[in-house]
Amino acid sequence: MSRSIDISLRVNGEDVRATVPSRLNLVDFLREELSLTGSHVGCEHGVCGACTLTVDGDTVRGCLMLAAQADGKDVITIEGLAENGQSAQLQAAFTKHNALQCGFCTPGMLASAIGYVNAGGIADREAIRQHISGNYCRCTGYQSIVNAICDVIEEKSV
Amino acid sequence: MKAPDFDYLLPASLDAALAMLAEHGGEAMPLAGGQSLMPMMNFRVAAPEVLIDLANLSELRGISIEGDTIRIGAMTRYAELMADADVQKHIPIFGLALPHIAHDAIRNRGTIGGSIALADPAAEMPALLRALNAIVEAEGPDGTRMINADDFFLGMFETALDGELIKALHIPVATSEQRFGFHELTQRHGDYALAGVAVVQTSNTYRAAFFGVADRATRVPDLEQALEQQDDMASVLEHLGNIDFTDDLKANHTTRQRLAGVALKRALKGMTV
Repeated sequence: MSRSIDISLRVNGEDVRATVPSRLNLVDFLREELSLTGSHVGCEHGVCGACTLTVDGDTVRGCLMLAAQADGKDVITIEGLAENGQSAQLQAAFTKHNALQCGFCTPGMLASAIGYVNAGGIADREAIRQHISGNYCRCTGYQSIVNAICDVIEEKSV
Repeated sequence: MKAPDFDYLLPASLDAALAMLAEHGGEAMPLAGGQSLMPMMNFRVAAPEVLIDLANLSELRGISIEGDTIRIGAMTRYAELMADADVQKHIPIFGLALPHIAHDAIRNRGTIGGSIALADPAAEMPALLRALNAIVEAEGPDGTRMINADDFFLGMFETALDGELIKALHIPVATSEQRFGFHELTQRHGDYALAGVAVVQTSNTYRAAFFGVADRATRVPDLEQALEQQDDMASVLEHLGNIDFTDDLKANHTTRQRLAGVALKRALKGMTV
């Protein structure tokens, strides 16, 4: 009964209706029900940031929100950010700076970085480091990621 | 892991939520922002049969100034606190502390009331409220109860709440006689602190609440008195010995005591003017 919940939400601009188990995480719903596998599932307790998504304009952890809680919300995944062009500049900068190796953290990293850039974040390495401290990357050592984000902000301000 | 199965309830009013809480008793847990409860459920440390989502309770929202206190609805998110002009102006210590509470994506969901109700000993908010001498407004079947923050935290994840929900927090508005300090030591920015402290100085008296050090947010009366008497720092820090420091994989009690001292010294050095 209340263990399966009817929800209707917008995902990447499309209306979606579904009946979901109450315990289903938003990121699992997106990956398994909607086949939007761009958001990754890492730690499942909010530490690694691989599942970072945008809900009603705010970045959130997809593993710390139930699909049931997304009822009536506007969800944008990394697929949506790529489609609407929001991540294009950052993606190009990430490629240019080798800001990824295995790519597991990249969707979450991009979602966090977009949050920082859109909020008017400045090209300050310390501030960027602090902002992306909620996203683990085990390949790059972050240096190149910070370079890429700085690049995008500096280009925008020109 | 994934959370165990539960019934998900979404009450439309505070009364309805309290009725659900009364009906399901110990099997139910209220869900505020979920940024601590969800991980605990995913780890299966918490396994409520019923989850009562407080998202739609307008009674738990809003920030208002009432005389010499500021009243903050329990469901106010950290990001909302950081953006609120009244909070910035009247609770300067939040400006120092909130950036240390987890990360942007978590502050967009986590709530002040949720943190207080959970009473994680390593969380910043319980210590901040103790240092600020705040009052917790709890609503239960028998009406409203005002509980001093000093009397609210009873142990690890244990509070004075009894079948009640936190409705709001009342925090005294900062006065010109007050100065504020905050410092925490973490392995990574935004992680739970190995040791931290919130300090509120009013004229020559001090309230210093430590977190991450013991089973709850902790004040040490002898230490606060030593600060008031302007004892030398070595004697002040000796009073940290009164705390029953936590031992865990991240730091043993000796390390924690040392870190608490470092946090205190740095907090005092960085006091607001």
